[in-house]
Amino acid sequence: MEPAGLTWVLISSALVLFMTPGLAFFYGGMDRRRNVLNMLMMNFYCILAVPVLWMLAGYSLAQVPFESDWIGGFDAFALGDLTTVGDGGALATIAFLGMFAAITPALISGAVAGRMKFAAWAVFVPLWLFIVYVPIFKWVYGGWLGQRGSLDFAGGTAIHVNAGIAALAAVFVLGRRKVDPAPPHSMPLVMIGTGILWFGWFGFNAGSALNANGQAAQAFMNTFLAGAAAGLAWIITEWVRDGRPTNLGAASGIVAGLVAVTPAAGYVSGIAPIVIGLVAGAICCYAVRLKTKFRYDDALDVVGVHFVGGLVGSLLIGFFANPKFFEAEFGAGLFYGGDLSLLAEQALANGAAIVWSFTLTFVIMKVLDVVMGVRVEEQAELTGLDLALHSETAYHD
Amino acid sequence: MKLITAIIKPFKLDDVKDALKAANVTGITVTEVRGFGRQGGHVETYRGAEYKVDLIPKVRLELVVEDAVADRVVEVIVKSAGTGKIGDGKVWISDVSRVVRIRTGEEGRDAI
Repeated sequence: MEPAGLTWVLISSALVLFMTPGLAFFYGGMDRRRNVLNMLMMNFYCILAVPVLWMLAGYSLAQVPFESDWIGGFDAFALGDLTTVGDGGALATIAFLGMFAAITPALISGAVAGRMKFAAWAVFVPLWLFIVYVPIFKWVYGGWLGQRGSLDFAGGTAIHVNAGIAALAAVFVLGRRKVDPAPPHSMPLVMIGTGILWFGWFGFNAGSALNANGQAAQAFMNTFLAGAAAGLAWIITEWVRDGRPTNLGAASGIVAGLVAVTPAAGYVSGIAPIVIGLVAGAICCYAVRLKTKFRYDDALDVVGVHFVGGLVGSLLIGFFANPKFFEAEFGAGLFYGGDLSLLAEQALANGAAIVWSFTLTFVIMKVLDVVMGVRVEEQAELTGLDLALHSETAYHD
Repeated sequence: MKLITAIIKPFKLDDVKDALKAANVTGITVTEVRGFGRQGGHVETYRGAEYKVDLIPKVRLELVVEDAVADRVVEVIVKSAGTGKIGDGKVWISDVSRVVRIRTGEEGRDAI
């Protein structure tokens, strides 16, 4: 790796790491004040456990050898084949990908908020990493889905659709909260978290070029524009529909737009990121209401924002992918000289990820429920998880 | 001696405090409280879902005064805390049987 590229990947890695605390604040602010520390802890736990697991076996199973169709092996167990430090490119890439592995299970925490045993979460994260995340990541990057020509620049299918549908499976097993949902306990915390997420997302998307080049710059621009456009679309939609633009709407729209542009970031240009953002913002503003209609308790809207946003962005690649602009060889979208085949591949890739992730997440949660129970005692849920599970309280005088 | 307790709108606290100071009141205790009265609550909207907020923030003032000035202090509070709109709050007077200043042990009117 060239020094300039190496520098950008290392900086991007740190930016992506910062997203997990950002996500913790984004979710924590939306949660009740008696559960906010449990929410932070579920997120921080992911940046404790996953880096270790990623170094030991995660990376090897997810990427080595790159040509494997379904799953890697143990050739790079504990990064064993890195016999020399080299130019640092391999290590930087492994660290960068490890940050993605850490934030993906953290996304699910927003759905199970307020009622999941922390012990169950502590076991769920490693199981989910190896059984759900690692295979899907392999299929999309170098595996059978990638080889067929589906595109996922920074993790729309492998991360957001995957975690979003897993969140749905998890809440089906977990059940609804005992107490009625409450408004966010701290909107300023939500807004700080959103800012950190957006900041970190430049590393997430532009860093995924794994180089400091034109594609990285375009991905950066796309991340800038899609977040803004989706935030606009969300507040306009709710302004018309509900009568007021809200901070939570702006924050949710920004995140929905960032999610949607993630798979497309290195494949689209021009006004495409604005269109992707506008569509994702408006659709997700309605998608968060599905939980009321279908009565699943996705506490902080992981399904409505990450699953729906990721799916919208991934499918829109089928229209907007522009290989000519990037002077690269990938499928062209319908609007840029392609036919419907790329859209079909995008649908297939997401379909495969959805089936695998939903089914296996459901099984993992069911098994955990039988073995150790996934749900806290009712008394703990009523008094608050911070005190019951962590012996801490967020706010003292 | 009388204990005067007032529940007022939070944004009126500065006005009431200044008016009480001007009326030579020597001390007040302020607490942030929540409650409902005739005003009821309000509705907040998050991601299109409406939440009814029944208990709304108010400020509680407490002060102990000599019997002779109690009615005048109540008038000062009513005048300075009023907006004429629903939710302005209430003031009430209760009898106090004993007051002690902790530092000196002084009692009664010397302790006020």
